[in-house]
Amino acid sequence: MAFTNEQLERYSRHIILQEVGAGGQKRLMDASVLIIGAGGLGAPAALYLAAAGVGRIGIADADAVDLSNLQRQVIHATADVGKPKVQSASESMLAINPEITVETHRMYVSASNILDLIAGYDFVIDGTDNFPAKFLINDACVLSGKAFSHAGIIRFQGQLMTYVPGEGPCYRCVFRDPPPPDAVPTCSQAGVIGAMGGVIGSLQAMEAVKYFIGQGELLTGALLTFNALTMEFRKVRLPRRADCQVCGAHPTILEPVDYALAACDLDGGG
Amino acid sequence: MKITVAGDVKEYADGITVADLIVSEDVETPAYVTVALNDEFVLTENHATTKLADGDNVEFLYFMGGGGCGVYK
Repeated sequence: MAFTNEQLERYSRHIILQEVGAGGQKRLMDASVLIIGAGGLGAPAALYLAAAGVGRIGIADADAVDLSNLQRQVIHATADVGKPKVQSASESMLAINPEITVETHRMYVSASNILDLIAGYDFVIDGTDNFPAKFLINDACVLSGKAFSHAGIIRFQGQLMTYVPGEGPCYRCVFRDPPPPDAVPTCSQAGVIGAMGGVIGSLQAMEAVKYFIGQGELLTGALLTFNALTMEFRKVRLPRRADCQVCGAHPTILEPVDYALAACDLDGGG
Repeated sequence: MKITVAGDVKEYADGITVADLIVSEDVETPAYVTVALNDEFVLTENHATTKLADGDNVEFLYFMGGGGCGVYK
């Protein structure tokens, strides 16, 4: 497929890059990404991946836009309050780039539906705010042999890592099991600077782009942490855990598992 | 003895354990922090018995939620 003149212009700053070129842009246009969570992390990730011309983007979220979301979830506007987040997100992505296909999944992810949900995509972005969902996404991606980006943000801190099958630890290698409900604060309880979603969600989009164009080093085997108060990024090397319950030599988790959610997260707000 | 904690070299008393370090570094949610010692994870149940040595490199990895909320119930 040759580029149209409009595509050559739209993607010219990509195509001119030696690391992308026409071939890399074509790979992005043939790629598909599922973004789970249209919130603080998913918003910038979705906007940049849409702008980059990722051919098919799925977005999963059951919530409607709330006024308290708008401090950081830049994919939604004030006029969208009350609208399903996936609809608002889809409209924003298509307004930037009508050439892409957006698939909306207005649903809660769970052990019973996650494998089917991720099966249709090449790469998954975890933009969720709670640990049961993060472990669920990790396990489903490991079991499905699918690459994904993990990220978390709270207060002035952020972190992310990338899982690629066979190329380093999974989220469970590092964190083993979800903390008990309410043992560790989430940003709906502790707060978060809005721009933190922009920093870390954009880095998730960056990892997805690099995964597709096959350039540079992904955050496999490393956790990148960011402290906005000191403006320090640190890349911490992560070992694999041979006895990991899901990606280890003798896995005990053979299908996705649901965990209990902290009571204060049931109302949402992340 | 000198131990590198999250990238900073610091002086500590000989013979301290990972659990002691967690206390002296005032780690948030100490029961749920992941500790990597010289690129190997230390199980939580071994924090109190794992002694640190001069030149060790310790990283604390924290649970971090954040992001979209209406995706799991």
